[in-house]
Amino acid sequence: MASKSNSISDKVWSFFSSIKLAIAIFALIGLTSIVGTVIEQQASYETNIRVLYHLVGRGLAPSAYRVLDALGFMNMYRSWWFLSLLVLFAVNLLVCSIDRFPAIWRIMHAPIKPLGAEKMMKMPIKAEFRLHVAPAAVESTALAGMKSAGFKAARHEEGDGAVELYAQKHAWSRAGVYLTHLSILIILAGAVAGILFGFKAMLNLPEGYSTNVVFSRSADLSDQEENSIRASLMGALDSAGGDIARAAQAANEDPAAFKKSMEQAGLIPLDFQVSCQQFQVQYYGQTDMPKAYRSLLTVIDHGKPVVSKWVEVNHPLKYKGVMFYQSSYGLVDDLSNGIAVLSVKPPDGQQAETERLKIGQSFQIPGTQETVRLAEFNPALAFDDSGKPITYSQMMTNPAVRVEITDGKGPGVSKWIAQRYPETWRLPDGSTVGLQDFWGVQYTGLQVRKDPGVWIVYLGCITLALGLVVAFFMSHKKIWIRIEPEQKRKGTRLMIAATSNKNRPAFERAVEKLALELEKGGK
Amino acid sequence: MESSLFFGLSTMAYILAMVVYITYIGFRKKAIGVSATGLTVFGFAAQTLAILLRWKEFYQMSGLGLLRSIPLTNLYESLVFFVWCLILGYLIVEFRYKNRSFGAFVTPVAALALLFISLSGMSTQIEPLVPALQSNWLLAHVTLSFISYSAFALSFSTGLMYLVVTTKRGEGAYMFWTVTLGVFGAVLLAMVIDFIRFKGAGLAPGSEAFIKNFLFKSTYKNGETSVRLLSYLATILIVFVTWRYGGALKKIIEGFKLQPATLDEITYKSVAIGFPIFTLGSLIFGAIWANQAWGVYWSWDPKETWSLITWFIYAFYLHARFLRGWRGHKISMVAVMGFVAVIFTYLGVNLLLSGLHSYGSQ
Ligand code: HEM
Repeated sequence: MASKSNSISDKVWSFFSSIKLAIAIFALIGLTSIVGTVIEQQASYETNIRVLYHLVGRGLAPSAYRVLDALGFMNMYRSWWFLSLLVLFAVNLLVCSIDRFPAIWRIMHAPIKPLGAEKMMKMPIKAEFRLHVAPAAVESTALAGMKSAGFKAARHEEGDGAVELYAQKHAWSRAGVYLTHLSILIILAGAVAGILFGFKAMLNLPEGYSTNVVFSRSADLSDQEENSIRASLMGALDSAGGDIARAAQAANEDPAAFKKSMEQAGLIPLDFQVSCQQFQVQYYGQTDMPKAYRSLLTVIDHGKPVVSKWVEVNHPLKYKGVMFYQSSYGLVDDLSNGIAVLSVKPPDGQQAETERLKIGQSFQIPGTQETVRLAEFNPALAFDDSGKPITYSQMMTNPAVRVEITDGKGPGVSKWIAQRYPETWRLPDGSTVGLQDFWGVQYTGLQVRKDPGVWIVYLGCITLALGLVVAFFMSHKKIWIRIEPEQKRKGTRLMIAATSNKNRPAFERAVEKLALELEKGGK
Repeated sequence: MESSLFFGLSTMAYILAMVVYITYIGFRKKAIGVSATGLTVFGFAAQTLAILLRWKEFYQMSGLGLLRSIPLTNLYESLVFFVWCLILGYLIVEFRYKNRSFGAFVTPVAALALLFISLSGMSTQIEPLVPALQSNWLLAHVTLSFISYSAFALSFSTGLMYLVVTTKRGEGAYMFWTVTLGVFGAVLLAMVIDFIRFKGAGLAPGSEAFIKNFLFKSTYKNGETSVRLLSYLATILIVFVTWRYGGALKKIIEGFKLQPATLDEITYKSVAIGFPIFTLGSLIFGAIWANQAWGVYWSWDPKETWSLITWFIYAFYLHARFLRGWRGHKISMVAVMGFVAVIFTYLGVNLLLSGLHSYGSQ
């Protein structure tokens, strides 16, 4: 490894193990990443041409765009050269660590040996003093001191009666750096596993619907192609009731081939069905700022419902390795199929009942002659200056229904009932009709992910944290204490030497403290 | 809001402490030094109390649970927390190294940040949390990130001071620090001008609308070509003045009587503390949180990418120092660049890049 031979393989090895290469890769990854944060990734032409207008002016922007596009900067983190840089980085890290590890291993496992007076005085931390106490007494204090500092001392006695106590600790901490480096490789491996064996998709699922197909981006199709292929495949799938084998059969295709063409169009089939039972938003007070939103999802496997869970932001659902994350929501285009869920309480204070009805349907309030007809739905009701109802947002921020109430005799009354405003629920005759929900017109936006590599990544994160703690906060410490009898003065010559591969000042203070104790004990 | 009373008190205490620390450097009387420390400790206590009170207010208002309500959710609160960590870090350094002079450098940073908050008319309202931010991982992520930012800020100031006291005009490193400091000052000034001029608009700086409509609109992005030109000229002038009169700053900092070796050691120590905390808090916890919220632990968005760049710069610092034995100017410049990347991660990504990406900004 450290040999100076000049064979090609040695040259390659030393190239990949060099720190200079590491520095060059650091710089290249860093600088190109900066470009990647300025150019919006995977964005439309318009977006980035606007960015370039700002940066290089209108005249140059189109050609700058062409150059950057040709170099892959519009989707650079997936470009071949960026991925190559990451691979190079990993290889460099691996080779560099393998190159150095044997030497570190030897240091970690080398037993500590007595030093002798001369060498002790060349150590980075050292002290020497004379005590008027017999060597044996000094030795026992020294042993106790070393023990309380966490050192297990070995003893060596020389012919002239001089005794050396010596010990080391945390030799293994030298491996911390390698654990750090290894973790980076583990994390990269986890990322690769995720790319190879996982997928990223999304799903907008209206209340009351279920599906076994989720949508990802297809890599090589234009939007138009993608849409038409998707439409025909989804059509085939729908007429087969979601069953891929049957859809394939109907299309005279092998199921595997059918699955493959789905995947090429960015359609990812799941082994099970997922359905959205209900979607809810909770707001901060009477504002339109959402405090929480959640969907009740049910997984149907082999025709049987197996799991139901309220999925919220930060609280996903997991089934068979596939994760469903709450990410957005919205209104479906066609609002006419929604069902109003009303709670109806007659004026005499009897128990409330629930009514479910569509636009145009009506019901009678129990115990009265009043008929309530559902006339209209507005997902975001507001009134303009002239008092005309308008819809003020694209979301269901203030759902309200207009009802017409008649008692069969006089002309009816028309009234807006808003879900968020209970005071609108009171009818003229004293009964209340509350709008609990308008079901079936919202969709839940889910991110659907499968990433079998994520546990590898987490493992790498844990070892990275451990490795850094060891690398920065622990050190390999060695200490020697030499006790020489001094015949003439019936005393002892005491020498202390110590070294640590890191954080020396702190260890120096600890050794000083020990020395002080020995000196005190010797007086 | 009783918390604002204590914020006011801490701002005043830090400003006074700044004056007293500078006086202390002039006279070197122990009593003056002790009162400077006393003021700082007082300001720190008031600020701690203010943060706790705000936490309580937020908790009572949001109904989200104690940990979820930690006041660290917008630019204002994060700046306040940053100042708090910085002062804490400084006090530790003061007691460890028994040197007060450095306070004359740190308290102005704290006072400036707090003054910036009140001058800019930044929204100090308690804002409700959007669902994605309601996560304990986020709490750990933000808290640790700011602690590491403060450690890096410390290494930045000692690294910069090292460069100031050890370089002369004509050296590359001198050029480096004067240009860095000059550009820093010019951009800060431009932002303060925007904030003051558009204060009436009632938008929070850092909010998307503010960035889109106002940021740098008084200067670098003004409609008038002449104003734009003037702004760039002024920036060059500021850089030139810093370069020409950098020696004066050197005199001042030499007055602190800090050994360059001590500065270098504090720089390294702060990086060595900041690096693991940054790795754990920013990168790892950020990734875990993102994975909980969106199902992707890493998506190469500009904020993530900039934290990675920051991480690389500090990894570079450590390797250059340990493996290539870099010392002195070279290594201090890396420390300064690391913090420039931190600032860009924290502010620049929001202020500059999102401005660049927002639609219809021109
Ligand atoms: C971003 C990625 C990296 C991180 C986070 C990292 C982290 C570290 C840390 C924390 C140390 C210990 C420094 C100290 O003692 O204070 C270290 C040392 C070291 N690193 Fe890295 N490193 C990275 C990449 C690399 C690469 C690509 C190489 C390959 C050339 C490399 C080679 C080394 C070597 C040889 C040491 C010294 C080991 C020893 O003391 O025996 N590192 N690294």
